Amino acid sequence: MIWNTFLLALREIRRNLLRSFLTILGIVIGVGAVITMVTLGNGATRSISDQVASLGSNLLMVRPGQRIGPGGSAGAPMFKVADVQAIAAQVSGVKAVAPETRKAVSVVVGARNWSSVATGSTRDYFTAAGWTLNGGRIFTEAEERGGKAVCVIGATLQRELFGGGDPLGESMRVADFSCQVIGVLAAKGQSAFGSDQDDTIVMPIRTVQRRLTGDQDVRTLLVSASDGNATNAVKARVETLLRERRKIGANEDDNFNVLDTKQIAQTLSTTTRIMTTLLGAVAAVSLLVGGIGIMNIMLVSVTERTREIGIRLAIGALEHEVLLQFLIEAVVLSSLGGLIGVALATGASIGLSSLMSIPYLFDPAINLLSFGISALIGVVFGFFPARRAARLDPIDALRHE
Amino acid sequence: MNTMIDTPEALIRLAGITKVYGSGPAAFQALRGVDLSVQAGEFVAVMGPSGSGKSTVMNILGCLDTPTSGSYEFQGVHVETMDRNQRALLRRHFLGFVFQGFNLLGRTSALENVELPLLYRGEPVARRHAAARAALAQVGLDGWEDHTPAELSGGQQQRVAIARAIVTNPAVLLADEPTGNLDSQRSREIMALLSELNRQRGITILMVTHEPEMAAYAHRQVHFVDGRVDRDSRTPVAEVGA
Repeated sequence: MIWNTFLLALREIRRNLLRSFLTILGIVIGVGAVITMVTLGNGATRSISDQVASLGSNLLMVRPGQRIGPGGSAGAPMFKVADVQAIAAQVSGVKAVAPETRKAVSVVVGARNWSSVATGSTRDYFTAAGWTLNGGRIFTEAEERGGKAVCVIGATLQRELFGGGDPLGESMRVADFSCQVIGVLAAKGQSAFGSDQDDTIVMPIRTVQRRLTGDQDVRTLLVSASDGNATNAVKARVETLLRERRKIGANEDDNFNVLDTKQIAQTLSTTTRIMTTLLGAVAAVSLLVGGIGIMNIMLVSVTERTREIGIRLAIGALEHEVLLQFLIEAVVLSSLGGLIGVALATGASIGLSSLMSIPYLFDPAINLLSFGISALIGVVFGFFPARRAARLDPIDALRHE
Repeated sequence: MNTMIDTPEALIRLAGITKVYGSGPAAFQALRGVDLSVQAGEFVAVMGPSGSGKSTVMNILGCLDTPTSGSYEFQGVHVETMDRNQRALLRRHFLGFVFQGFNLLGRTSALENVELPLLYRGEPVARRHAAARAALAQVGLDGWEDHTPAELSGGQQQRVAIARAIVTNPAVLLADEPTGNLDSQRSREIMALLSELNRQRGITILMVTHEPEMAAYAHRQVHFVDGRVDRDSRTPVAEVGA
């Protein structure tokens, strides 16, 4: 009986193809919009957390000053290399700690020149910041101690200065000294804040301090917590140690701040997730409107087919059988809309995510949920017209013109 | 057949049936106490001027309507106390309907129209198709199974409707002016078909008509006037069509 009713409903839909299509358009758009919004939102969230993760896993960034940004460090003393050694020696749960001192430089190779940033650090920098090598080697301890002019360059420099060719062993002019390229970093891509992470030159910190900055300051400490250690526990220990070393009294505020990249990632993800939910909710309203469209058409259909209902009742159809017929018709209609919406959303999501260069993440939950809701809308909005049909008086219905 | 009329096992027995539409001063009494017994195998023509109550009594006999008072026994079972669904089930299993306006489902093939009552009985598809084909063959529509009502003449449509009514082997076939929309040639063909069904398959037929020529095909004519049975006469079988 249910199967027959289902076939009957399909036949009814086929009879009025254009009208059926217009009826379900609202559902198609609603389901399509909800799935597309949520899929794109998930992709954006993933993209952001990937980018933050590329800064280094479990990374804490320590900077002098009370807040981040220009002028934030005014008055606060810079770190020294000794701070790095102290953290490495005294704080537990640290995988790697590295100083970072940066200086904007112009780099020349032959006829090509490029503006980049030179980063001075130690061998641990590559671990802490999550860099891997694409070729060559990082500097040795001897080179680090001696402040040798050796550098490991990012993929952007390899492309811009060496035309993508092999730069190992070549020399490049950095500011006013010559530096030998000993390694190339694997590309990381854009950072979460939109800057090119691969536009970088890494040298021993002593080299940068001597030849570029001319002081002993360390601008940033990178602390990488070892796996299994909560970053906020490590953060607290680093803070305690640094307060001690910088002789900050119990009632005084820190004159440095520790940034947890995981926290940034979480904050950014939460923001995108809220946006996704909002957009999805707006799209869901069109699903509701689509449901009302279905109710309207089903009411028209019941009026139009009054005589048919009369015939069915006269030859012995029970009330609930007529109800079921119209209900199934509404559910088949709305589910069909849901299916088309899912297909449309898949196409739109794949296209748009490649356009926005975010990953396409198929989310089975939202697809199933949206489809389920479209079917549910058929039940809810089809029930009233179906009940009206089922309660018709057969004599009146047969007389209906 | 005449010997059966006086047996107590009447197929249908109406006693003191009244029907009032509306209430208060606007009330209209359509039936004023109808007593009627029909034996299995009878072919009864129900006649009378419009407003005489013949359509109302047919609706009650067809279990589409309930009487205001009185009793209606169908095969000894009281129908007047049944609810909507019970009456629907009674229609499904014991009654077949033929209407003046054919009342076929549009844009639906003859075969699908005929198998509709079997669908509600939950018959499997193979049995449905076989029974529907047999019914269509019986009404002379062999080879017309796939035609929709729009592709059939009025006479053919009424044949499809008759096939739909008999496909379930009903105890009673109720026909409401079955020839009302047909010319006289088609009307005679339809009446011949009904007579044949009555004679060969023993289907009891109750037919409303206002044409004496059509009523003459029946063995018994019941005349209604002012909501009462005015005259109840029998035609000997031999005289049919004379």
